[in-house]
Amino acid sequence: MSYIHPYQDTEFVLKNLVNFDQLCADAELDEVNLELAVAVLEEAGKIGADILAPLNRDGDENGAKLGTNGVEQTPGFKEAYQQFAEDGWLSLSVAEAFDGQAMPNTLSVAVNEIWHSANMAFALCPMLSQGAMESIAHHANPELQQAYLPKMASGEWTGTMNLTEADAGSDLAGVKTRAVPEGDHYRLTGQKIYITWGDHQMTDNIVHLVLARLPDAPAGVKGISLFLAPKFLPDEAGNPGERNTVECLSLEHKLGIHGSPTCVMEFKEAVAYRIGEENKGLACMFTMMNHARQTVGLQGLSISERAYQQARQYAKERLQGTRRDGSRIPIIEFPDVRRMLMLMKSGTEAMRALALTAAAEVDYANYTSDPAGKARHKARGELYTPIVKGWLTELSQELTSLNIQVWGGMGYVEETGAAQHYRDARILTIYEGTTGIQALDFIGRKTLFDKGEALRLLLQDMDLVVDELNTVSGLPPGLCENYTQAVADGREAAQWVLEHAGSDAHIAGAASVNFLMLFGYLCGGWLMVKSALQARSMLDTGEGDKAFLQAKLITAQFYCQHFLPRTRACLATVKAGSESMMAMPEDQF
Amino acid sequence: MKILVPVKRVIDYSVKARVKSDQSGVELNNVKMSINPFDEIAVEEAIRMKEAGTASEIVVVSIGVEKSQETLRTALAMGADRAILIKAADTVDTDIEPLAIAKLLAKVTEEEAPGMVILGKQAIDNDMNATGQMLSALLGWSQITYASKITVDGDTLNVTREVDAGLQNITAKLPAVITADLRLNEPRYVKLPNIMKAKKKPMDIKTPEDYGVDVSPRLTITSVVEPPARAAGIKVESVTELLDKLKNEAGVLS
Repeated sequence: MSYIHPYQDTEFVLKNLVNFDQLCADAELDEVNLELAVAVLEEAGKIGADILAPLNRDGDENGAKLGTNGVEQTPGFKEAYQQFAEDGWLSLSVAEAFDGQAMPNTLSVAVNEIWHSANMAFALCPMLSQGAMESIAHHANPELQQAYLPKMASGEWTGTMNLTEADAGSDLAGVKTRAVPEGDHYRLTGQKIYITWGDHQMTDNIVHLVLARLPDAPAGVKGISLFLAPKFLPDEAGNPGERNTVECLSLEHKLGIHGSPTCVMEFKEAVAYRIGEENKGLACMFTMMNHARQTVGLQGLSISERAYQQARQYAKERLQGTRRDGSRIPIIEFPDVRRMLMLMKSGTEAMRALALTAAAEVDYANYTSDPAGKARHKARGELYTPIVKGWLTELSQELTSLNIQVWGGMGYVEETGAAQHYRDARILTIYEGTTGIQALDFIGRKTLFDKGEALRLLLQDMDLVVDELNTVSGLPPGLCENYTQAVADGREAAQWVLEHAGSDAHIAGAASVNFLMLFGYLCGGWLMVKSALQARSMLDTGEGDKAFLQAKLITAQFYCQHFLPRTRACLATVKAGSESMMAMPEDQF
Repeated sequence: MKILVPVKRVIDYSVKARVKSDQSGVELNNVKMSINPFDEIAVEEAIRMKEAGTASEIVVVSIGVEKSQETLRTALAMGADRAILIKAADTVDTDIEPLAIAKLLAKVTEEEAPGMVILGKQAIDNDMNATGQMLSALLGWSQITYASKITVDGDTLNVTREVDAGLQNITAKLPAVITADLRLNEPRYVKLPNIMKAKKKPMDIKTPEDYGVDVSPRLTITSVVEPPARAAGIKVESVTELLDKLKNEAGVLS
């Protein structure tokens, strides 16, 4: 099934919600603007559609295998990766000093949407490289940076993240891998699990970032340091030399993303170099965690978009029922099929708007020089991160499932490919911190910790749109009342949480996921309503593609009428507190 | 040898063309526009000649609205060296006819003195298939259309042409005008760093007046309409009935 990047919607969001030209001007990126972004997205769209998308099914049916020489990736992936790397796509947001293109994060996120729509299992490899590069760029010493970053930016070497161990999942305090100092380096010993693209034959070296403990380290998360261990140790010329003692012991058999090898990695006194200060490994890892979490959220958008395109095509082709004149009816004419397609279309557009809005906050925080502004953008970006990760990936479960529903029985059989997206999407609410972890981050660190200040500022921005809605005419019905109500629901939930969280140890945990989902639906609604206001004004001035803008108005209306009422249910559940959740004795389960 | 490659900005091949409600033409405002695919093949061929050492410089030229700059930037990102935009229309609705294009290209050719002009056999919007032929006539150069393979040997060209009967191999002397067919090559993907570099490559902006060419249309478009929807087919009972219908209803047999 083919894929085509919805370039028009991305351009609309970049232009009207993110204000991309202004962002680039503020950042003094003289050569980057919307026009360039459009050219970049167009070329990325070609690679995604022509090279990566056709291999998506291959990855599912003929996934990675462990051979005598390590992991053998899906046939075709190596050639695709080489083209991808040679064309420079890994270097998009890398600094110029390391042979990168230094483009803003927002554009990188917009481009990443394409890779993950086209072939999520494949795209995980460059995604992990990007995260590892970011950590090295922020925390490693200049020698390590010079030895590794240019090779990673060019795509010659890939990167991995080695965090999880059998007894250290969501709680990294249990990390047992040991690092023993030896001269100018360390020796790592231990076993890591769930290591995405931990081994493959696509490049001649792999750079592992590994969390481990020094011999004298304190217990818990305050005793974890970050290390870099390459598969092959660079020789004096910087080329892959001696084989390091790190290898893939086995591969997991998974529900989805079969094209992406999930490795158990064993380090046996492997040579490694420390990144950042001793015992500060978690902080270094968090640099890439925010990035990685937003990117996994983005994967929720990407896979939903792919599923939507598949559902849309089938709904137009599948004939069921007969008209009086004997002609057959494509199922897209039936209201319930429309309901499903509109949920998918409006859901993905809201996701895209939020993913790019959140990505822009990272840029604003990086580029703004005034400290107060910088802090404000940083706080807003951090507030968005668990929403992007939690809400986008949870919604992707519903939307990829709807694709199967549109296909009916044909979607449940594997031959059509609808099931693959549903299976692939299932990991998204789990890795890089489960939804439960995102929700705790959102309600704890992002809400209770600052006494609701960041949330209050967000709600204030949302109020401005309520005011605007009341003054603009020519908008479809259902926008204003549903949105106003949803903002009120968000405010009430925040107040309730702030007032009650202290009264009972379980309240925050009990309310957290619904609290997060409420703000997910609300953020989506906020940005869809802003899009509708912009579309209305462009239609009034005769600017832009009329058919697209009218569709945007209808999509926003549908979102407000069909997604936004869910904030009411979330609010009611938040306010139900923890009593019925925790009351039953454990032996009744 | 310098190569001149004319490129046209056209409606993207993936866009479903819509006729305007007043039947004056196809809706081109706010529609995705791209480099004409046959011209893209011509650009690719010129770049391959440069990579092979046959060509020394590639100049791309486009005639149209200001936004044709984007099309030229695509060619520059692929590997062309510099660009000339002849701004000859204020809106995308103004199409410039092949003869006016050929006259402008003849002037550019005189100025630039390339050894070869290579362009798409036709543009996918109006399918005129005329510019290359007219240009060679105006220049008095060899004309080689529908090329699917080109080799250069000194000042001699060996070209395989796609013709109705199959493939035709011809030789010709340079300078020449060549029009590219679909199977000449598969254009490359643009490398990300080259998109940035293309922004820094030189682009001259000219007008038809600079060349003393009148681009006013000679044809009048009376109306543009959608092709009629295809009617459903029928099943015939026998060969006799089929022959009868072909003779008496369709009128294709006598």
